[in-house]
Amino acid sequence: MAISDQTLESMRELAARYPKSRSALLPMLHLVQSTEGEVTTDGINACAEVLGISAAEVTGVSTFYTMYKRKPVGEHHIGVCVNTLCGLLGGDAVYDALAERLGVGHNEPTADGKFSLERIECQAACTHAPVMTVDWEFMDDVTPSSALDVVDRLARGERVESTRGPMIRSFQATEHTLAFPEDGLAGEGSSVDDKMLAGLRYAKEHNMSAPAYGQEG
Amino acid sequence: MALTPVITEHWDAPDLYTIDGYRRFGGYRALESALKQDPDALITTIKDSGLRGRGGAGFPTGLKWSFVPQNDGKPHYLVVNADESEPGACKDIPIMMANPHALVEGVIISAFAIRASHAFIYIRGEVPNALRKVANAVAEARRAGYIGDNILGSGFNVDVVVHAGAGAYICGEETALLDSLEGFRGQPRLKPPFPAVAGLYASPTVINNVETICNIPYIVDRGVDWFRQFGTEKSPGFKVWAVSGHVNNPGIFEAPLGITMRELLEYAGGVRGGGEVKFWLPGGSSVPMLTADHLDLPMTYEEMAAAGTMLGTGTPMIFDSTVSVVKAVTRWLEFYKHESCGKCTPCREGTYWITGMLETFEHGHGKETDLDLLVSACNQIAGRSFCALGDAAATPYPAALKYFRDEFVAATQTPVDEKFDPVASYIYAGAATR
Repeated sequence: MAISDQTLESMRELAARYPKSRSALLPMLHLVQSTEGEVTTDGINACAEVLGISAAEVTGVSTFYTMYKRKPVGEHHIGVCVNTLCGLLGGDAVYDALAERLGVGHNEPTADGKFSLERIECQAACTHAPVMTVDWEFMDDVTPSSALDVVDRLARGERVESTRGPMIRSFQATEHTLAFPEDGLAGEGSSVDDKMLAGLRYAKEHNMSAPAYGQEG
Repeated sequence: MALTPVITEHWDAPDLYTIDGYRRFGGYRALESALKQDPDALITTIKDSGLRGRGGAGFPTGLKWSFVPQNDGKPHYLVVNADESEPGACKDIPIMMANPHALVEGVIISAFAIRASHAFIYIRGEVPNALRKVANAVAEARRAGYIGDNILGSGFNVDVVVHAGAGAYICGEETALLDSLEGFRGQPRLKPPFPAVAGLYASPTVINNVETICNIPYIVDRGVDWFRQFGTEKSPGFKVWAVSGHVNNPGIFEAPLGITMRELLEYAGGVRGGGEVKFWLPGGSSVPMLTADHLDLPMTYEEMAAAGTMLGTGTPMIFDSTVSVVKAVTRWLEFYKHESCGKCTPCREGTYWITGMLETFEHGHGKETDLDLLVSACNQIAGRSFCALGDAAATPYPAALKYFRDEFVAATQTPVDEKFDPVASYIYAGAATR
């Protein structure tokens, strides 16, 4: 699909954000995925044209980063962390259960295009292991059954909220956020949970605090 | 040692992520005071505080700032490394989601100190919720006049750009991050020149970790003496510890440097089921593992180094006796193999061969002679690649062999999944539906 004039205009807006326009290439490729669903040849050519670099250079960048997909992605992209801590604490079983239910393997979309699945690396949420992501929003502390439940609810078109973030939208909507992060959703859902407050609550219950500091003294 | 919430002190306030919430607790007071000071005096303050980088390497922050040449006529840049991707590290993302204005205030003060008029916050792309929280905070700060031109009438101008990565662990390495931020493949650069001299766009650049920058407003506001009440002479200050793994109450605990793992374990409710620690890592998979014999060591940069490991990111992972160390190490090497950027042959090829050999042990047909060959292969990577990813990849196996050689020997006969039932290590064991 050809890249629209509006998308080209957004690309130029991104390029203007930086002292040197090429710095905008990563956000621009996220923008391509937000409208095309993957990094397409048309998208690569558009980035190259806006930045005045070759399509080969854009392709070289797009193939380096795992978030850029050169194959179709599902409407919802599911990630399961299988790095050591999450994997051994149960992420392996979560991945297996999802792969079986969806009938797909790593980085493959379902036949109806509704979901795709990825074995992901550490998501910086080890306190919440095992961790799953839906369209890169957190689904913390999952079990095989809770992970399947999330997928079933999404398949039925129900609303599903991230455990630390807003309502699940779609892979393409998240990709737009990655290009333009002021998406108006900063106040949606809760981003602070019991595990993030574990130490603070313990400290308050046991009257622990940091040393006082002098007010102008 | 008691818990001392500072960066995390007000995380239970639901509106802390907004500028009004942050200001209610004294937010942006440090910025007002900083802008009245001489930038060099601020650099001296941070030097005197002894603050060390919280991203893993522990380099003194003030010293790093002082390497930026002044009056050189070139633009200076501040880049925040918010690419938290180290296996086990999970403290910067929570900080950005809970208290994004502490980061933004720290960025503005730090940019002023090093005389940078452009700052970039490079956040890994896989965590959009941290990205949107920080972007929202930057937008609020801009509307409040803390970002832009002539901030609070000081004559200081700064622009702050929030930038999303796209999935590459290597971009947490500072020079790879710079290449990525310039729109290239994220591959490390040869040092020297160091970024302080030739960094972003070949101009002087300071790259600091999220937690490091979040310390800045508190040090500026409360003073060096207050800061140095925490921690030790060589490791002053407090730390946002993230305790994960087989503990009853995993989570975020803020306490001074020098706390022991045994104390942190107590705060985290102890090992699940009243079990024992089998092995643990003080700060990410790139630091050598320790055992139950090391629970009483003060967790400082110097004590961890003396014990043959590193403090790293200060985010301990705890594994109980249900876990096969062979399987854990193999999985980490699979990660390094996947994340090697391919630039340096020892790392690109070495991670491939080491992973393949470790997998033979995981499947129960490792050769005993390979145990030493693996050490040799690790030694061929460490120190022979451009960046620390290579060194990191060479780290997990030798430490595991040192403490658990018997387990590797056993894996020449028996697949690890036969000896260690994988289901037993699930955190939801009993609740499993399989």
